[in-house]
Amino acid sequence: MASTNATGVFDESSLVAQARAGDPRAFTELVRRYEKRIFRLAKHITQNEEDAEDVLQETFLKAYSHLDEFQGQSKFYTWIVRIAVNESLMKLRKRKSDKMVSMDETIDTGEETVVREIAVWDGNPEQRYSREELRQILEKAVDSLRPAFRAVFVLRDVEELSTEETADLLNLSVPAVKSRLLRARLQLREKLTRLFKRKGDDVFAYM
Amino acid sequence: MSLLTCKDFLNELNEYLDETADPGLRQELEQHVNECPNCWVVVDTTRKTLQIFKSTEPEDLPPDVERRLMEALQRKMAGQPSR
Repeated sequence: MASTNATGVFDESSLVAQARAGDPRAFTELVRRYEKRIFRLAKHITQNEEDAEDVLQETFLKAYSHLDEFQGQSKFYTWIVRIAVNESLMKLRKRKSDKMVSMDETIDTGEETVVREIAVWDGNPEQRYSREELRQILEKAVDSLRPAFRAVFVLRDVEELSTEETADLLNLSVPAVKSRLLRARLQLREKLTRLFKRKGDDVFAYM
Repeated sequence: MSLLTCKDFLNELNEYLDETADPGLRQELEQHVNECPNCWVVVDTTRKTLQIFKSTEPEDLPPDVERRLMEALQRKMAGQPSR
C-alpha cells in the first residue's frame, strides 16, 4: 500500500507509482483528482464544450497508454497539462476556418497596455458574490481575451506553469509569453475592477 | 524622487508582482509604487485579480461528461493493461 500524507490522502507520486504498476484504481483516482482542471483548461483553449470533452478523454487515455514514458522529473499534473494543451491546440487548428485567431498571431507591439480603471476594490468579491456567480464572472472575463493572450494567461496564472514551459508548449518565444501575460493580466484587472470597484472611488480620484 | 515613469513601472509590473526583478530594479520599482498612488492601486488590483483566479475552484464535470469519461477509461483499462 502506498504511503499517505498527514491528511490521509494518497500523495501524487504514490498514486503514479501504483498506476504504473498496473493498478487501475490508482489511475482512476488520478483522473478524478485532475479531471475538472483539465476540462476547464480545454474549454478555455478550445472555447468549445464538445472539443473540450474530446480533449478531456484523449488526455487521460493517452496518459494511461504512455504512463511508462512519464519520467517523474516533472509533476504528474504538469505532464498531463502538456498532453491536454497539445490536444487542445490540435482541435483549434482543425477549426481554424472559424473566427479563431492562431496562437502565433503577430500582435502589434505598439499597442499600449490598458489602464483606465484606477480604483480600489470594494471589499472582498469572494464575500459579495456566490461561488457560482464569481466563477461565471471570471470565465466570461477570460473568454473575452484574445486566444493568444488567453492561452498564455491560463497556462501561467491558472495552471501555474513556468514562462519557459508556457513558451515551449505554445511555440512562442519567452519575451512573447512575457508581453502577452502582461497584457492579459492588465486586461483582466481592468474588467474585474469595473465590476468590483468601490462606488464613487473612481478614475482620477488620486490625480 | 523615483526616476521611473508610470509607463516604465507598468512595463515592469510582472517583474514586480512575480518578484523576478533584479535587486537594483526591484528597489526602483518599490520606490515608485510607494510614491505613486495610481500605480499602487494597479498593483493592488492586479494582485487581487490573480489571487481570485488562482483561488477559484473549477466546477464539477457535467454528469454525462463524467460518465462518458469513466466509460472510455474503463474500456481502455480493460482492453490494454498498462504493463
